[in-house]
Amino acid sequence: MEKFTRLTAIAAPLMRQNVDTDVIIRIERLIEADRARLGEHAFEAWRFLPDGKENPDFLLNQEPYRRAKILLNGVNFGCGSSREGAVWALMGLGIRCVIAPSFGEIFFNNCFQNGVLPVVLPASSVQALADEVAADPAGRLVTVDLEAQQVIAPSGKVYGFEIDPLRRTGLLEGLDEIGLTLRRETEIAAYQARDAKVRPWVYRT
Amino acid sequence: MAGKTLFDKVWEPHVVARLGGDTVLLHIDRHLMHDLGGPVGLAELKRRGHRVRNPELTFATPDHAVSSAPGRTEDTNPTGGRLLRGLRAGAAEAGIRLFDLGEPGQGIVHVIGPEQGISLPGLTIVCGDSHTCTHGGVGALAFGIGSSELLHVLATQTLVQRRPKRMRVCFEGRMQEGVLPKDLILHLIATHSAAGGVGHAVEYAGSAIEAMGIEGRMTVCNLSIEFGAKMGMVAPDEATFQFLADRPYAPKGRSWDLAVAHWRGLPSDADARFDHEITLDVSGLAPQVTWGTSPQDTIAVDGHVPDPAREGDPDRRKSIAQALDYMGLQPGQPIAGTQVDWVFIGSCTNSRLPDLRAAASVIKGRKVAEGVRAWVVPGSGQVKRDAEAEGLDQVFKAAGFEWREPGCSMCVAANGETVPPGKRSVSTSNRNFVGRQGPGARTHLASPAVAAAAALAGRIVDLRKF
Ligand code: SF4
Repeated sequence: MEKFTRLTAIAAPLMRQNVDTDVIIRIERLIEADRARLGEHAFEAWRFLPDGKENPDFLLNQEPYRRAKILLNGVNFGCGSSREGAVWALMGLGIRCVIAPSFGEIFFNNCFQNGVLPVVLPASSVQALADEVAADPAGRLVTVDLEAQQVIAPSGKVYGFEIDPLRRTGLLEGLDEIGLTLRRETEIAAYQARDAKVRPWVYRT
Repeated sequence: MAGKTLFDKVWEPHVVARLGGDTVLLHIDRHLMHDLGGPVGLAELKRRGHRVRNPELTFATPDHAVSSAPGRTEDTNPTGGRLLRGLRAGAAEAGIRLFDLGEPGQGIVHVIGPEQGISLPGLTIVCGDSHTCTHGGVGALAFGIGSSELLHVLATQTLVQRRPKRMRVCFEGRMQEGVLPKDLILHLIATHSAAGGVGHAVEYAGSAIEAMGIEGRMTVCNLSIEFGAKMGMVAPDEATFQFLADRPYAPKGRSWDLAVAHWRGLPSDADARFDHEITLDVSGLAPQVTWGTSPQDTIAVDGHVPDPAREGDPDRRKSIAQALDYMGLQPGQPIAGTQVDWVFIGSCTNSRLPDLRAAASVIKGRKVAEGVRAWVVPGSGQVKRDAEAEGLDQVFKAAGFEWREPGCSMCVAANGETVPPGKRSVSTSNRNFVGRQGPGARTHLASPAVAAAAALAGRIVDLRKF
């Protein structure tokens, strides 16, 4: 997994509420398209017009946001379906960090599995960031520093954020979670042996 | 010390290791796989050199990509056939029980789990699907996972999880005639938003839940994820035990007695504390229907769609306007009277026997309106057989509904079964997202009774006056 340490990039103030993973990537695309090419279909209902041309009104079709690596959003970003392809599709667009007041929980977990950082900030802070960025999109980059747990606005204003320590280490070091858990095999086996005495019906033999 | 909640009583004993803060390594008792995530997951696991640690705790069935056409074969939808063969091969190699096409146990993964007695009170259950919360209806701690987490479960039978906060939602009062469990949960999401449950495990309680059948509780739990909560559950009671007794995979004999004794201890203690509590009086509640593109866009079936001009918050104003535009509705119009083209009765929300009975009872010898296509897709082979034994299929067919084969069908548009662009559907499923039932499709979520009435009238109607 790719590490995430510090990122300075264009941030796109999409600022929509309840963006669901169906709208991020349609289910058929996950079946048909190669994972590496999902970015082409990201947000397709919004990005493209019915005739297949790009919708010029959609933020991510506009300069400089086409090159954004950070997304700014309203509440509950990534709600709905558990499809991890939503994270892959965003990565295909070049997105490495999403900042919002809250996230769909399965999407939130999926981000960490792929080196994408979801940052929770209060709605007022996300709005302030979006306002700063919108005032001068090209010249005003946002920095996200995972080590310091800070988002730094173009004006230099700093917003600290909380993150689960384990998740933070996982991203900073690009760790393989399965590998780490497999090292606990003895503990898992002991747990099951203990539990099978208390709840034998759980374990089908 | 305060008492424990149902959630705590399930979570705590499943902790294999504490990983710092609120994060733990959680044991997973049951893993359910379907045809979208399953084949890829099993192949990827092998590629990485891992094995399925506990195949006997893992179950699989094709649902998302299979066709629901009457007389289908696995290749009626060719993509579904390809995925099913992948799932079959992977499951056989790993020793995982697969419920294949034609078996009564084949169906929507969230319908078959409880129906087969695979999903039991107090178990931790995961599936690569966000509506896994449905299994909370039997008192399980069940939640959806992504594909990386799916590999983690296959390889280790555990997951790294952070403990959520606890919320209790009490539905109190007697529901009126024509009001179904779907209406309760849609109403909760309408009043507390699609983000209302974020970060919480929700316990549903109150007199309306106690009086509700197990299938209805599953409908309520099913929409937990639409409320923003990954997990929703109802404390097991005598009704739960009766529902599960003698199911094929439920414990039997002495093992059953032991299990029931254990399950009786699971309900939240009287002095348990929740991080958040909501109480809703449902005695005056009307049947509900959605008008927009989020499940929170719900109103009473005799209500009016909102007018963005009357909304103070600019973001909300914009999002209402966008939703109305997508849905082809006028600001402030009554929702009743809206013409419909399609009606879909099915999905893991509302495809169980009581759902089909509720829909059939509305029909009473009437016919589907001219120009409306109406489908009934039972949730499993077992539901289909049971419904046919009661003659429900005849009721539907005589009215002009198509009686189809079990699967996700038109809920998800992953199987070639879609609502055409710009067409309007009333659907008993759980997501009215942009493009969910097909690109440009306009979805109104509702109960099976409201959906059946819409099929007969050719428009959304207040079934209480119908
Ligand atoms: S019926 Fe719909 S919501 Fe349920 S599992 Fe299938 S696709 Fe998902």
